[in-house]
Amino acid sequence: MEKFDIKKLRFGTIMLKKGFAKMQKGGVIMDVTNAEQAKIAEDSGAVAVMALERVPADIRATGGVARMADPTVIQNIMDVVSIPVMAKVRIGHFAEAQALESLGVDMIDESEVLTPADPFYHIDKHDFTIPFVCGCRNLGEAVRRIWEGAAMIRTKGEAGTGNIVEAIRHQRMVMGMIRTLKDMNKSEMERLAEEYSQSYVNSIKTITNVKISNSTIVFEKYEYGAVKKEICDVLNEIKGMQRLPVVNFAAGGIATPADAAIMMQLGSDGVFVGSGIFKSGNPKKIAKAIVEAVAHYDEPEVIAKVSKNLGEPMTGIEIEDIPKEQLLQERGW
Amino acid sequence: MVKKISIGVIGIQGAISEHVAIMQNTLKTTDTPGTVFIVKNLGDINKIDALILPGGETTTISKILYKLGLHTAIAKKIKENNLPVMGTCAGCVILASEIIDDIKDDVKLLHAIDMQVERNAFGRQKESFEKNINIEGVHHPYNAVFIRAPVIRKIWGKTKVLAKINKKIVMARQDNLLALSFHPELTNDLRIHNYFLDMI
Repeated sequence: MEKFDIKKLRFGTIMLKKGFAKMQKGGVIMDVTNAEQAKIAEDSGAVAVMALERVPADIRATGGVARMADPTVIQNIMDVVSIPVMAKVRIGHFAEAQALESLGVDMIDESEVLTPADPFYHIDKHDFTIPFVCGCRNLGEAVRRIWEGAAMIRTKGEAGTGNIVEAIRHQRMVMGMIRTLKDMNKSEMERLAEEYSQSYVNSIKTITNVKISNSTIVFEKYEYGAVKKEICDVLNEIKGMQRLPVVNFAAGGIATPADAAIMMQLGSDGVFVGSGIFKSGNPKKIAKAIVEAVAHYDEPEVIAKVSKNLGEPMTGIEIEDIPKEQLLQERGW
Repeated sequence: MVKKISIGVIGIQGAISEHVAIMQNTLKTTDTPGTVFIVKNLGDINKIDALILPGGETTTISKILYKLGLHTAIAKKIKENNLPVMGTCAGCVILASEIIDDIKDDVKLLHAIDMQVERNAFGRQKESFEKNINIEGVHHPYNAVFIRAPVIRKIWGKTKVLAKINKKIVMARQDNLLALSFHPELTNDLRIHNYFLDMI
């Protein structure tokens, strides 16, 4: 690449991170494990691919510790598609994130699908040039991730199950809570911000056993007083916009075009499809159908048309049949 | 009576609501009677006086445009009715006549502007940047937001360069067609949308 006046360029700004996520809106991001699948995803109209060693359904089946994918797998995928390539790191594992950033991945998913690495903290995402997406089950988790620098939020759902119920639960939890902010006064907002900041307090209490004041450092370089204030700022922004201030996708259990459409109608900006495509009988067909369903989520006749003759969908799992300690959504806080 | 302008924003994928909001804001601040609406169906093309092709993923947008028949309809309306169009980022690529791409995938171009584009010309997301640039016809400087941005490699015919970063062309115009490789819709700066409004 030719040299140009590098001094006047500004990289990794919040505008660039949130802007990148906005370019994904109305799109489908697909989990892929090799170059061939990545090509199928791109040809089907995916806006980005998530490069993985194993899809969530296989991670669930295999068990053991799930880590960042082998960089060779990710590099092979980056080499064959022109759409953005994302990859997952373990919750709190900033060294995996640094490695992926150096590789040139376009967005990092700090994901509960992998085994959490840090029992206390998620990654301080402001430290990175590339944007992050993080999962949430409720508004508190969403607000903490946004405050930590996430440029995009997704529902956790329950990955690898082909069961939409948890994604709908999490979307309704977030949207419902956003509506209640409308009627909250200043002191109620401050109280909620304090409640949402407790997770940092709990961590620091476990680590140091000190008495917490507003000047106590509770996470990386941030003092408790500042954390509460900034979390309240995020909440006030959400209250005003009546939506999350970053792009909000659905994830975790989407297996059919109608699953994608219901998430869009419930207010998602787009969808992640994990195991739903390459664990189905006809990946190409289902990939294209889900892309169309997201673009036309409010046109029932299109959903009906693209749902026809899709072949065998991925086998679903009842959430009640999963032992609680194996629920991926319980990871992260 | 003053005619109301109808401005369509292609609503397939990407930064759609941002373009609608900033264009509405531009109409309001300039006291221009008009409406801005999202174009998703073939029938909408007859209702528009001007069109915005937003940023998003080029491959995705171009595939669906083609599938819906919008691609052909837009190309026809540009040719026969001189439809004013602004394309940002992915939209800039789709307006082009030629494309250079490392990775072969069939992006369907509108062949509307005499220019050749190169996708992701500055690199991947970590090379995305903001920079103050000079734009001909716009009061300087303008903070431009480049996200996995394309550049215009070559122009010919009636196409004019409006902005460059060193040798790389990032904004060009051919008659009432405007192409830019950055994202005015992500900012609160109305100057680019004002510029486009003056072209309609």
